[in-house]
Amino acid sequence: MQLFRHASKSIELIESFLDIIDQGTLIFKEGVKNYLYNNRENFVHNLQTLSALETDADITWRKIENILYTQSLMPQLRGDILRLLEELDKIIDLAKTNLFQFDVEIPYIPEVLNQDLVKLTELSCAAIESVIPATRTYFKDPESVKEKLHRVYLYEKEADKLADAIKRRVFHDMPEIKLSQRFHLRYFTLHIETLSDAAEKAADVLSVMAIKRTI
Amino acid sequence: MLLLFFLSSSLFLGWSLGANDAANVFGSAVGSKMLNFRKAAMIASVFVVFGAVSQGRGPSTTLMNLGAVDALAGAFTISLCTALAVLFMTKYGMPVSTSQAVVGAIIGWAVFTGYKTDYNVLSQIIGVWLVGPILGLLISALLFLLLRYYLRKARIHVIKQDAYIRYALIITGAFAAYSLGANNIANVMGVFVGSAPAVILNFGFFTLDGVQMLFLIGGLSIAVGIFTYSERVMNTLGNSILSLTPEAAVVVVLSQALVLFIFSSGWLSQQVAALGLPAIPLVPVSSTQVVVGSVIGIGLVKGAREINTKTLGHIALGWITTPMVAGFLTFITLFFVQNVFRLQVSAGKAGIVDYSSDTISHRAESSIHKLNVVLPGILILSFIIIVVLVFLFYKQRKLKLKAEHELLNQQNEFYETRKQINKMEVSAIHLENNLLSQKLEAKRRENINIALNISAQREFLNTVAEKLEALKCASEPEISAKQLHEVISLLRQKMNFNDEMEHFYAQIENIHKDFQQKLAAAFPGLSNQERRLCILLRLNLSSKEISALQNISPKSVEIARYRLRKKINLGQGENLTAFLQNL
Repeated sequence: MQLFRHASKSIELIESFLDIIDQGTLIFKEGVKNYLYNNRENFVHNLQTLSALETDADITWRKIENILYTQSLMPQLRGDILRLLEELDKIIDLAKTNLFQFDVEIPYIPEVLNQDLVKLTELSCAAIESVIPATRTYFKDPESVKEKLHRVYLYEKEADKLADAIKRRVFHDMPEIKLSQRFHLRYFTLHIETLSDAAEKAADVLSVMAIKRTI
Repeated sequence: MLLLFFLSSSLFLGWSLGANDAANVFGSAVGSKMLNFRKAAMIASVFVVFGAVSQGRGPSTTLMNLGAVDALAGAFTISLCTALAVLFMTKYGMPVSTSQAVVGAIIGWAVFTGYKTDYNVLSQIIGVWLVGPILGLLISALLFLLLRYYLRKARIHVIKQDAYIRYALIITGAFAAYSLGANNIANVMGVFVGSAPAVILNFGFFTLDGVQMLFLIGGLSIAVGIFTYSERVMNTLGNSILSLTPEAAVVVVLSQALVLFIFSSGWLSQQVAALGLPAIPLVPVSSTQVVVGSVIGIGLVKGAREINTKTLGHIALGWITTPMVAGFLTFITLFFVQNVFRLQVSAGKAGIVDYSSDTISHRAESSIHKLNVVLPGILILSFIIIVVLVFLFYKQRKLKLKAEHELLNQQNEFYETRKQINKMEVSAIHLENNLLSQKLEAKRRENINIALNISAQREFLNTVAEKLEALKCASEPEISAKQLHEVISLLRQKMNFNDEMEHFYAQIENIHKDFQQKLAAAFPGLSNQERRLCILLRLNLSSKEISALQNISPKSVEIARYRLRKKINLGQGENLTAFLQNL
């Protein structure tokens, strides 16, 4: 019966890990919006919350790894599961790093780009938000994972397109800003866009894992 | 004692069976680390022995009906040849099964001794060989379909599912071990049933007759095989079910257990016969072949388009080659045993003998010795329990001590690390203190110098003031001219600034220590004066500024620069200052 207790504990930890990633995504979205609309106080608060969530995610991931290995749970699947959780952990790490970069570098962002950058952030976060339910589905119904993953790929593609459009606009249609500012804007567009790439990577891992479980 | 000597060949056979076939039972669980080997071996051993003792009689009876081996030397030869045939064929990678080798050896014995083989029994046995894997295939396919349907509907979390599967592997493994013992003990001890001692041991709550005692010994030899060699088979040689998913492994093990159970359970056979259907023949079946059938069944459900015909061909080839090799070997060996060692390989009662269960268990009841072993049994059991408890107690204590020792080691390592860190901190602070005290000393000297300088300046200025006072009072122009000349020479002397200049150069050299070293290494022929000029040029001072510092004319500085350029072989157009700054 101890085995079931450990199994329940690890399920609980995985659920809480996924909740943390979900919350982190929301906070990142809010943080970028607050930066763009100059709500400095809220932005700093978002930054602190995201940093705390990232630490929690790391701690939870280590607990999961510990329980899966010490209790020899799922010897055939644990490697894959831990890799997937690691990919998700990378997303929240990336979100925190990006928000910190906003805080440290304080990029100049022309107001005309605000709307596009908010949309880009939302698309990237939507890709992450679609990976989380797909991950939950993997644990109970691996055959339905594929149905959920197509959204991730769609959002990632849209985010890529929008990021390209923003970069094009910055370099071609905005002669009033300096070259250094253009580079800065390009980097920050890239930072937001990389979140959707990380979500896509996690989706790839998940997709292979689901196939492995269904054959 | 003679019986024990003759049993040695069958004990070897039992060991070999335990070493190889336990992988079919717990291979998947151990190979995938779901269950550790010791637990698996313990469970498998207990259930193999239990299955052999409680349900091993049926298949043994069938073998006895095939050929009633009624002499110990004959039984010994059959067992030995079976074991050798299995060993030989395994070594050369040929398909082999103990069940088929035993049958071949018995037929070899029958041919040698002139006993008539019961072809009805033989056809039953061959029929079961064919049906066994097919039944395994059907049962596993059906069970797999049901399990897959249930898992899809139930949507159990994969971690919980893993826990359930782990328990299922243990339960089905125990069941498979029971069935393996019940079915395959006939291969190990079947030929000795005719020579079983006529004795019944009464343990109070259960009894063991002679045949069951033989099965107990055979079961124990299988258990020894499991403990001593099967781990290697499970982990290194692997088997076909190791690569399956845990769910499929449960199905394969269960299907194997069911097939072996069906062909060894007398009760089930009677129930089927009671329904008016033909009774199930109780025949030893190859567990490996049933496992192969079961794996194919799962493959078919999963949609495997091709069945590995090579594997099927191997099984079919085994049905022919194994009995032939074992039979031929037995025939030859019996010839030597009878003619060289002069041992009786049969009692000489030619013809078909009926060895049904009833005849085995109720033969010559009057000649059976009944022994009451309740008291010795209780004593032995109590002794075993005490030994186990003491062993567990010491093991627990050892584990506790080990844990404490590890904790202590960790703490020691922690303290050692802390000590090292503290040492490093202390040495860093010491170093810093030294540097600070050096700086302090330098500052102190500087202050003393400043104070001395101030007093010297004051003294000098006082002297000048006194001389000027005297000059003011002087009445004669000659004396005043002389005194004025003295004051001017005094002032000119003071304008040398030798000490200050030395101090200035010392500081500059200290700051540009690296440059000094590089310069000395690159141009060792430079004089002190030239080296100082290099430093001043590196500081980007103009010739005018250098001339003022060195109290020489700008022209002299230009000449010195020209000589320096020559000494360091600087080409025309190359800037001396830039060269020195980049050095």
